Amino acid sequence: MIVSQKKPFEEVLGYLDDVETVVLTGCADCASLCKTGGEDEIAELTAALEAEGKKVLASKVLTTSCSLLLNRKELKEIKDEIKAADAVISMACGDGVQTVAKNVKKATYPSNDTMFVGETVRQGVFQEMCKTCGECVLGRTAAICPITRCGKSLLNGACGGSKDGKCEVIPENECAWIEIYEKLKEVGKEAELEAVQPLRDYKDRTYPQTIDLRKQAKKGA
Amino acid sequence: MKSKLQQSLEAGKFTITSEMAPPKGTDFSHILSIAEDIKDRVVAANVTDFQSAAVKASSLSMCIELERIGLESVLQMTGRDRNRIAIQGELLSAAHFGVKNLLALTGDHPVVGDNPQAKPVFEFDSVSILQAAVILNGGKDLAGNPLEGTPNFFLGASVTPVFDPIEVQIMKMRSKIAAGAKFFQTQGVYDVETMRELKKQTEGMDCYILAGIIPLKSPGMARYMNNNVPGIRVPEEAIERLSKAENKEEEGIRISGEYIAQLKDEGLCDGVHIMAIGAEENVPKILDVAGL
Ligand code: SF4
Ligand code: SF4
Repeated sequence: MIVSQKKPFEEVLGYLDDVETVVLTGCADCASLCKTGGEDEIAELTAALEAEGKKVLASKVLTTSCSLLLNRKELKEIKDEIKAADAVISMACGDGVQTVAKNVKKATYPSNDTMFVGETVRQGVFQEMCKTCGECVLGRTAAICPITRCGKSLLNGACGGSKDGKCEVIPENECAWIEIYEKLKEVGKEAELEAVQPLRDYKDRTYPQTIDLRKQAKKGA
Repeated sequence: MKSKLQQSLEAGKFTITSEMAPPKGTDFSHILSIAEDIKDRVVAANVTDFQSAAVKASSLSMCIELERIGLESVLQMTGRDRNRIAIQGELLSAAHFGVKNLLALTGDHPVVGDNPQAKPVFEFDSVSILQAAVILNGGKDLAGNPLEGTPNFFLGASVTPVFDPIEVQIMKMRSKIAAGAKFFQTQGVYDVETMRELKKQTEGMDCYILAGIIPLKSPGMARYMNNNVPGIRVPEEAIERLSKAENKEEEGIRISGEYIAQLKDEGLCDGVHIMAIGAEENVPKILDVAGL
């Protein structure tokens, strides 16, 4: 999931100098799971804004803030309030904020910082797991991502910086490459790590990228 | 022409290199005067590449200065600060200025350095820097474009012999050799057993190994390194010797010199790489103790 974190309230308030009335949109997907855009957080932000003299005209937890068509439909339910409001605050990830902004045609501000693609380790604990590199190597690294879990995103095995199995970059973390080695060793495949990895082609990773399945299907046919 | 370092190793001589850091600032005079003093005692001197991720003058600038005074240089190159365009450009520039040796490193992360706000690059690691150098040596850039004038780098890399599990380092050594490394300089080592073990582990590998020597200045430094520097394990006996000694620095020089002599006697490495970290003027004294 996409893990987000609340911005400090003062930062959100900082966007709203000339704003008196707002509409809040949450997100029932990732942002709800990481407690940045569900019903509770909407209630919390509403109270905080009203304490500062702002008026919240409406709020709605969208099913999936990053779906352009779905949230266009859902936003219709509060279209009058959006029309009347000075601004919209999207309590989603950065993707959701942009999608909502396209639909509301009003100044739209984020209440969250988008942190990473990660795992819910347990309630309230999230860990970064994937940097969406576009060339997944998990198939040869025992399903441990070296791009994300190694502090230097190394492709050719461990650096010399690990101490007691921990990473040089963030010493609370395990060295991903030692973990990869240990896990491959369990299945007798550790020797595969000696293979020199081909140089990556970043020209294929220029962004923003677009994937169009229909175009792809046509090309394939 | 082959580098002196390559010639010395290929001739089977016990080969001595040392390490020098460019200054933090524009004044090279101190480090260059030391370079003058050690230039007849070592085959070549590595120049660190923003060592410990600290801002300094560049490795290449100091390599140029060393070559100018007749001390062969080993350009250290990390993947931390440069993408492949900058790495290739730096290597071509180095070759133009007569640099013939390259030590490829991944590099410490900026967060451990003195400008921790920096954005890390790490497009290439040690292995990919070696791959790049081999391709440049072949007369092309990484995209296959021909070069006007071709470098001929003698390629090296590093290894950390005190590492758990050691197999991880040994496998990476094999990757580095496959990518083009011909010589290795180790992280600082202090006990003979570590080098015996490394020799055993690297049996049959097609490479030269120079044992890393970091002279100790005080028991405090030794303890600090044991606790904080990855891959360093100073034995208690050495710390005790330093504690008892009246002149700690002299004792540290003796410990290093004796260790080098022992490594040479037992034939445990092809040479040594002395990293005196701020006390390069001691390199000749260490070699005097070692009888080299
Ligand atoms: S290699 Fe890592 S960053 Fe790349 S797609 Fe796979 S999990 Fe994500
Ligand atoms: S210590 Fe391990 S995880 Fe950390 S940067 Fe080095 S190889 Fe990567």
